[in-house]
Amino acid sequence: MAHRFSDIEHLLRLAAIFIAGIVLFVAVRAVLVPDDFGVLGHYRAGAIEDNRQRPLVHAGAEACGECHDDVVASRTGGGHESIRCEACHGPLARHATEPSDQAPELPDAASVCLRCHLPAVAKPEAFPQVDPAEHAGNEPCDACHAAHAPRLEGS
Amino acid sequence: MPTDRREFLIGSGRVLIVASGAAALALKHVLAGTPGQAPGYAVDRHWWAMAIAIDRCIGCGNCVRACKSENDVPLEPLYFRTWVERYHVPESDADRPLVDSPNGGYDGFPERDQPDDRFKDFYVPKLCNHCAHSPCVQVCPVGATFESPDGVVLVDKDYCLGCRYCVQACPYGCRFIDPRTRTVDKCTLCYHRITRGLTTACCEVCPTGARALGDLKDPSDPIHVFLREHSVHVLKPQLATGSKVYYAGLDGSAR
Repeated sequence: MAHRFSDIEHLLRLAAIFIAGIVLFVAVRAVLVPDDFGVLGHYRAGAIEDNRQRPLVHAGAEACGECHDDVVASRTGGGHESIRCEACHGPLARHATEPSDQAPELPDAASVCLRCHLPAVAKPEAFPQVDPAEHAGNEPCDACHAAHAPRLEGS
Repeated sequence: MPTDRREFLIGSGRVLIVASGAAALALKHVLAGTPGQAPGYAVDRHWWAMAIAIDRCIGCGNCVRACKSENDVPLEPLYFRTWVERYHVPESDADRPLVDSPNGGYDGFPERDQPDDRFKDFYVPKLCNHCAHSPCVQVCPVGATFESPDGVVLVDKDYCLGCRYCVQACPYGCRFIDPRTRTVDKCTLCYHRITRGLTTACCEVCPTGARALGDLKDPSDPIHVFLREHSVHVLKPQLATGSKVYYAGLDGSAR
């Protein structure tokens, strides 16, 4: 019996090295791979939660309306009714959480209106486009129009 | 020797016991590790998509600016999670549109074309298509990018090696390497917003409603009406990526 094993001892040693290698691999892998890896697929399930952990920068128009309901009301029926506040006023999540933290800047009517309404070949033809020089001699738009409900003021 | 009924039942019984044990174990893991257990958001109850109406986009660049500030995207050119392209399709050669995107549309579009040169001109807002079968996910060697159970392609920044395979694999050019972290970055469909019941930053600021976030698993979501009432198209449908950004009124020349 002992004679038979001595013939294949080199194979047993090789097998022992392989088994030790496999055990080491499994042990190292168990330490390095997070528990939630592979739970939902070939990725770390906790990464989904990580992606949710980012502070808001835009508050959303509903948050604005909680305090500024008078402005919301003034927009009703106007051509800009469906535009949400931060489209012109910029990101204001900090202001929505704590009004004193972030003072909103009043958008400059001379530039903010033209972002959308300056004529361009690629714009849909149905979209209202105005050349400010031709239309009003470069007067700022809010000299005549109310930005929140852009009919002619007083009309 | 043919299997008799007794042997078959014993054999299949064993398989069933082993399989149900494995299933119970899997369920335990799912319950323990499911991130969607966070209060107020069930990750398996949503399937996010976006609808874009080409005939409403005016190229104002609001989406590009809002995306950069919402998601802390580097302000230098060429780093975009969303951008807007301007197409000019000449009448003589409809197969070769002139496409430009000065700073991604961040500063709007200085007029390039003469009004009398007009043949077919339009803007195409672009973002990650959140493919259901994403080429970028398939090539990631470490599992650092994935399709979440609610249909959003996300990046695990802690796992990303910055190897750039996914940047090359994305047929829509939607990924970039963030120079600050040296890891990949891309549109998350404002995952931090949509999981809190808000819309994405780009949809929030779009003045014409050219973009709309939609939840395909919510039967009352207006995106179903949009998809039913418009002829919609996805970018590069021949690649069968399962893109979930649906364009209405997209010209065939748009790539």
